[in-house]
Amino acid sequence: MNQCLQENWVFRLTTEGDAQAEALFELEDLLKRRLRRAFRSNAKVDDAFVDDVVQDSIVAILESITQFQGRSKFTTWATTIAIRIAITEMRRMRWKDTSLEQLLERSTEISKTIAVPQSSEIDFEKKQLVETMHRVIDEQLTEKQKLVLNAELQGMPQEEIGRRLGSNRNAIYKLVHDARKRLKKGMIDAGYTIDDLSFFQGAE
Amino acid sequence: MNIIDEKVQALLEMLSLTSDNEADCGDCLQHLAEFAETTLAGKSIPESLRHIDEHLQRCGECREEFQALKFALGEHVTGE
Repeated sequence: MNQCLQENWVFRLTTEGDAQAEALFELEDLLKRRLRRAFRSNAKVDDAFVDDVVQDSIVAILESITQFQGRSKFTTWATTIAIRIAITEMRRMRWKDTSLEQLLERSTEISKTIAVPQSSEIDFEKKQLVETMHRVIDEQLTEKQKLVLNAELQGMPQEEIGRRLGSNRNAIYKLVHDARKRLKKGMIDAGYTIDDLSFFQGAE
Repeated sequence: MNIIDEKVQALLEMLSLTSDNEADCGDCLQHLAEFAETTLAGKSIPESLRHIDEHLQRCGECREEFQALKFALGEHVTGE
């Protein structure tokens, strides 16, 4: 990697003058091309969407430019930020009409609860596993962890769960991580091994 | 909390990938550019990026962003 080239991007973007304006123009152009390429199969991604995302991305990139550590090309680093902003906005639009309450209520209505036939040994063991999971969840997880884990299992992105709870994606990830660790420990304490969990994962 | 069968499968997958120390989505974003350049160049993943690889296996949101990033960079990652 050419370190001077990467440092040159940072220098040009942070030094007021013609060079900065030129660098901003180049970066905008590059991000627009890359976003169009990334989402060319998505009909909802039009020029207006790309323009808005690029403007937000430029602001975010300039705000966090001191965090660029030169371990990649500057343009690759900038593209990761633009991609996250674009996909975050897509998720926001997709889920904007769904509240957590609606999501969990709907899933209860359309879903079958566990009904494992007991005609074979594997089904009996699976039923026991599920009952143990229910017990561990009820005993070990906080109400907030149950809510967030359930919403994630119903497909809502953590970013969107966080938005509804006045939190953020990292905090929700940590909450779910702690819930997973508690549940895993509870299952192991109940006599299951990691191999058991993997086995049942593949068992139909 | 009412878990349905397909959700049990998803939960088991989550548990089998759970470890005590995991990178979060912020860590992932910070290292994703380097990770993408490494993988697109066909190089093996160094130890310093192993936690990002593991996070991508666990986190569907970051995985979606990584896929989009790869599309965005295409084959031009070494040229621009």
